[in-house]
Amino acid sequence: MSTRQARTGKAVLPGPQDTGTPPDEPVARVRRARALPGREPRRGAPVRGWPGNAGAIAARFLTLGLIVAVALWAAAPLVSAQNWTGTAIVAAVTVAGLYVYLTPRRLPAKYLFPVTLLILALQVFPVVHTMSLALTNIGDGHLGTKQEAITAIETSSVRREPGSAEYRLTVAERDGEPVFLLAEGARAYVGTAAGLRPLEGATFGPGGRITAAEGYTVLTVAQASARGAEVTGLSVPVEGGAIRSQGLSRAYRGTAQLSYDAACDCVTGPDPAAASGSGSGDGDGDGEAVPQKVWQADEEQGRFVAVDGTALPQGWKVDVGPANLTAALTDPQVNAHFLGVLGWNVVYALSVVALTAALGIAVALVLHHPRMRAVRAYRTLIVLPYAMPAFAMLLVWRDMFNTDFGLVNRMSGLEVDWLGEPLTARLSVLLVQLWLGFPYMFLIATGALQTIPSEYLEAAQVDGATAWHRFRKVTFPLLMLALAPLLVSSFAFNFNNFNGVFLITAGGPFPADNPAVGATDLLITYTFRLAFGQQGAQYGLASAMSVYVYLIVAVISIISFRRTRVFKEVDR
Amino acid sequence: MNRGTALRHAAAIAVTAFALFPILFVVSAALNPLGTLSSATLLPEGAGLGNLRALFTTTPFLTWYANSILIAGLTAVLSVAVSALSAYAFSRFRFAGRRTGLVTLLIIQAFPQFLAIVPLYVIFSVISDNWPAFGLNSVWGVTLLYVGGQVGVNTWLIKGFFDTIPKELDDAMLIDGCTPGQAFRRVILPLSAPVLAISALLVFIATINEFLVASVFLTGDDSRTLAVGLFSLLADQRNANFGIFAAGTLLTAIPTVAVFQFLQRYIVHGLTAGAVKG
Repeated sequence: MSTRQARTGKAVLPGPQDTGTPPDEPVARVRRARALPGREPRRGAPVRGWPGNAGAIAARFLTLGLIVAVALWAAAPLVSAQNWTGTAIVAAVTVAGLYVYLTPRRLPAKYLFPVTLLILALQVFPVVHTMSLALTNIGDGHLGTKQEAITAIETSSVRREPGSAEYRLTVAERDGEPVFLLAEGARAYVGTAAGLRPLEGATFGPGGRITAAEGYTVLTVAQASARGAEVTGLSVPVEGGAIRSQGLSRAYRGTAQLSYDAACDCVTGPDPAAASGSGSGDGDGDGEAVPQKVWQADEEQGRFVAVDGTALPQGWKVDVGPANLTAALTDPQVNAHFLGVLGWNVVYALSVVALTAALGIAVALVLHHPRMRAVRAYRTLIVLPYAMPAFAMLLVWRDMFNTDFGLVNRMSGLEVDWLGEPLTARLSVLLVQLWLGFPYMFLIATGALQTIPSEYLEAAQVDGATAWHRFRKVTFPLLMLALAPLLVSSFAFNFNNFNGVFLITAGGPFPADNPAVGATDLLITYTFRLAFGQQGAQYGLASAMSVYVYLIVAVISIISFRRTRVFKEVDR
Repeated sequence: MNRGTALRHAAAIAVTAFALFPILFVVSAALNPLGTLSSATLLPEGAGLGNLRALFTTTPFLTWYANSILIAGLTAVLSVAVSALSAYAFSRFRFAGRRTGLVTLLIIQAFPQFLAIVPLYVIFSVISDNWPAFGLNSVWGVTLLYVGGQVGVNTWLIKGFFDTIPKELDDAMLIDGCTPGQAFRRVILPLSAPVLAISALLVFIATINEFLVASVFLTGDDSRTLAVGLFSLLADQRNANFGIFAAGTLLTAIPTVAVFQFLQRYIVHGLTAGAVKG
């Protein structure tokens, strides 16, 4: 709910002035009158120099120091990672910041710099990036570059060979990621998924293992074994192979079975599928028994594919053009989901708006009567759902609908699986959203009712209109005039009401044969599951879905801007 | 009381009951000594503080609470501060690109930030690699993200209010030799205290309730917010943990309900004033 408040922000404010202004002419006059005094001093006054007093100079030095300090802090890791694009961006932003804040001129940019930076980095760039991701196959198995995929293929195929180097292993942690601290005699190394580096400042314990190292947190045996899968999964790429753990105190340097050959742009080696089948000999070196296989790089799919059609699991990110976007409309597997979800999404948003508005207006009308007592008490209680933390109340509702333990079934004596059947699940999410949303509509309808001049209604009464006629012909049209923009924003909010569905049904119930799309799924919950669901990340397809939602949002906002004539305000 | 008024009261009581019963259920579940969902009733059948105690001893509730308050509070203050600055520029200066800037902000605030969750995740993975303090699993990173998502809306909101403050006031200051910065601090900001407070409150509530971004970004035990933490509480043990969850819900509700009732007058007024604009 509160998100809605923020989103429909325009409406929430003691609004600007123009409540009763007749159209254009006076506004234009006001505008002219306002623009003038703003410009005059600037035109007339001589160009201002640097302010001379000590405080202002100190403030300038402080600003300079602050900007430079932040810039250095931001640039340091980029430079050490040799990320020159990032460094260039930091440098450009710093120069812009220094110019804006140190020039003696009165620049509006002094006030706009932070907002510009935030909007560009956290709103514009993500939207543009969504569109570019939508044109790729990015997702699980296609996250990085081809070189990274090759490294991953080679290191994951590492087998131990007799006589290979061995290390004393200490499992440690840095920034939440497990790392290997490796000791080979008196030499210390640190191994991560990025590679092997010499380690300085390590403390050796008895037995030759490293017991402490600056910047790393050594894990206890219990901590390390709790993260066993991460530890065994970590392989440190080195020339021709990788270092992997054997237990928690030793690591070995193994040889890659699969290797990439740039000449043929392919990966060759024993078939891992066959190798695991005949792998009973376990490292005895009966290599001839396993057939060699060739996986050719396929630049369109971003994978290494063998002649028989099987592919290695590690691929890389490639451009797939508009394939993800067209899949939503033409791919029979995807488009049934997409169109079905879109349809329910529209029905959901429309129903929520209609239901909340109807109940909200009705309650406002009931309480809006000169002879009603205790109106304030009613109002205080009725708006409570709006003030409660929405996420928690959604979870409470979900559990009230629980089949076995839920309040609804226990009080009614029914045994209905409310959230397990498509129809009841849909009705349930609508009912919950009605509960959450009607107090908001009640509040704004109450406010709007109070602004309807009583003269109108009295005049209608004098003319002999019945109570129903007065409502139908006077109150209701005036209410709608006031509420229409808010209904549009409410529609826009509910169109993407992630919490309202995800926290109750998580999109479900899901048909037994198709766990990808549930009966209450909105586009946003469907997209979320595509990207972060159990079935592996399909970021590319998820981004394509987001692009469609963007288009729909854009249409809604154009309608709403037209209606509220908000563009005019720009020119004030 | 005539018949019409009696009917009105009957209807109002029915709606009030509808509005209150889930809240009543939460209160009674929070007090329920057994603490399970299956034993929770609409009206409390016993009262104990066992759930409250369990909430503090078995879960890191205080950490969640502190994280939520920190994130929401910082987001509210920072986004309103940044928005007020830009709103001042848009309201009082005339400069090249002003119109473009305003329209861009308007369009951008229509796109919910969380729709770009995939690229945001990718961006913050990169940030994690370089500046872990602001990356994934960091309250600072999420705060930064929320601030970025809120400044567009708030700039419009606050600019609308600044426009209603007569320009003659700050012009007088400028003629007396003030800088625009001083006029902004000494005239505009004090006069717009109510709108700044309401904007901050709305951001605060929206941020407390945010689940999608928080659930993707904040997964560590130390960085979870109330929304993610309470959700995980029920995900583990839905039936058994319900009483604890209800107690947590009530504690979460106290600050928002209190502030909401306190500011209700302004909010109603604001909604109305905005509504009549159509």
